[in-house]
Amino acid sequence: MAASPHTLSSRLLTGWVGGCVWYLERRAMQESPHKFMHLFRNINKQWITFQHFNFLKRMYVTQLNRSLNQQVKPKPEPVTSPFLEKTSSGQAKAEVHELRPISPPSLPLSRKANEKELIELESASVIEASIDVGNATKEEKQWKEMKLHVDDLPGILARLSKIKLTALVVSTTSAGFALAPGPFDWPCFLLTLLGTGLASCAANSINQFFEVPFDSNMNRTKNRPLVRGQISPLLAVSFATCCALPGVALLTWGVNPLTGALGVFNIFLYTCCYTPLKRISIANTWVGAVVGAIPPVMGWTAATGCLDAGAFLLGGILYSWQFPHFNALSWGLREDYSRGGYCMMSVTHPALCRRVALRHCLALIGLSTAAPILDVTTWTFPVISLPINLYISYLGFRFYRDADRKSSRKLFFCSLWHLPLFLLLMLTCKQPPGGGSDKGEPQS
Amino acid sequence: MLPECRAGSPASLSRLESRDLNDRQTCTGDRKAEDYMWSRANQLFCWASPLLPCCWCQVSRFCPPRKSCYDWIGPPDKCSNLRPVHFYIPENESPLEQKLRELRQETQEWNQQFWANQNLTFRKEKEEFIHSRLKAKGLGLRAESGQKATLNAEEMADFYKEFLSKNFQKHMYYNRDWYKRNFAITYFMGKVALEKIWNKLRLKQKKTIN
Repeated sequence: MAASPHTLSSRLLTGWVGGCVWYLERRAMQESPHKFMHLFRNINKQWITFQHFNFLKRMYVTQLNRSLNQQVKPKPEPVTSPFLEKTSSGQAKAEVHELRPISPPSLPLSRKANEKELIELESASVIEASIDVGNATKEEKQWKEMKLHVDDLPGILARLSKIKLTALVVSTTSAGFALAPGPFDWPCFLLTLLGTGLASCAANSINQFFEVPFDSNMNRTKNRPLVRGQISPLLAVSFATCCALPGVALLTWGVNPLTGALGVFNIFLYTCCYTPLKRISIANTWVGAVVGAIPPVMGWTAATGCLDAGAFLLGGILYSWQFPHFNALSWGLREDYSRGGYCMMSVTHPALCRRVALRHCLALIGLSTAAPILDVTTWTFPVISLPINLYISYLGFRFYRDADRKSSRKLFFCSLWHLPLFLLLMLTCKQPPGGGSDKGEPQS
Repeated sequence: MLPECRAGSPASLSRLESRDLNDRQTCTGDRKAEDYMWSRANQLFCWASPLLPCCWCQVSRFCPPRKSCYDWIGPPDKCSNLRPVHFYIPENESPLEQKLRELRQETQEWNQQFWANQNLTFRKEKEEFIHSRLKAKGLGLRAESGQKATLNAEEMADFYKEFLSKNFQKHMYYNRDWYKRNFAITYFMGKVALEKIWNKLRLKQKKTIN
């Protein structure tokens, strides 16, 4: 909005207007602020005041340093879409420029000099004022009634629950379930997915409920429903409760209590530990990695009913994956994190950030080797997953060495396809059931 | 000092339905006239005085249509990035509703002040950092192309780290207060919702009896 008057005013300053403008500017600069206020008070002279000061406004806009415009910070470089979230702006930006004929002022001004100036500048002011009218109308059009329409509710709730992240969480849970030994039980599988999905929705909603002012100040998150006022905090909490209770109940009584307990623990860890910790200490990244690791463990425990080595292996894989993924993402968000008060490794300990990312890329190679040892997969798996593991490790190394935006983006985008492919390969190499008992086929 | 919210229909405000000063839904119905400026005059005052930093301006004083019985939310503020809310005051506002509204209003102003100050300080200190680094390098503030000289992300990293640690305590206090306020607002919202449901049920009961 600050940009358009500047552009318009630069056009209008050409030709004969320029001379009158300069004259007016000199006069205006010499006036004291009180005289401006005196003019403001006179209601009947609103259009005179309006034209006059609109024009003055243009003067000051062009004369002032651009940095004094009402932009808090310059637009950052385009941020990659993390966690599969969309960052598209939903604000309507209808450009309305109304050119209305403005009648000349009928009442005399208190000061004759201003009258003269106004007559001189009337034609320029007409366009100026009407364009400014357009801008003010445009600004007023951006005000939205905080009325919840039922039609919009599904979309709003989908964004509130970070539906794409939830989908990722549910897919890692399904991978955990599918990789677990034992017969594949479809009803149990579906209940697990539904329960985990609901738990994830609840956790994400509470996270957004806590972070409204912080989300407003970050480009990545400024279009979330609570930030935009599309939903009230009460409704967000109610929705979270309505997801958490049936979700946990499904997991506890529909699947098994262990999975239910893990679900509750994960919601607690995400909402009450990770979310506040983001603003206190860099330890939040490690806590967040555990949060990401628990869903596949839940899938495994849903299928087997116990926490064995395979569950910890899967948890370990997801845990390790979080670091290259998140550390690479956070590298490009350092300015926003610093301004917003988030304690992230990329800001406070940049070298540690890159070191940890590389370390965990290499750990993925180690964990793929552990998979056949723990009888989760065959020995084919470490072999066929080696290329993608080496590639992500290579990118991790480049990020560690170069420490620039380009290498961080490459690593981040690689992590997005690496995980699904890795899990897929794991599934295809699932250890076949030994002893010829009736077991389900590997799911893919 | 500030002009009153006026009646009449200037071109840009003609879209709004009512400019009646006595109408509760307009500016003066719920606030003192001096608190409100004609939105454009407000902006003009701000722009006309180069001495005032942008964040000292009042947010655009939008007046919702008379028929609306809802709160209205505006575009993000240029200084704080927070969206201002214009709260609706119903005619039969209960004490609980009033308490909630005042709490939300006060929290909004508190948040606005914090983030406007935070963002302004960040920008100012960032500029100072850039200037000092460029000076240390022996470079001018403008590159050869005439554009403003900047430092790359790695050079800025020192500033980001320093700024974060400098404001750590401030953020701790803010976080604590924000969590308290957020919970309080949500709690009162819940109470108000229950109160409304209860009143509706009582009204229904009365109607069925009659």
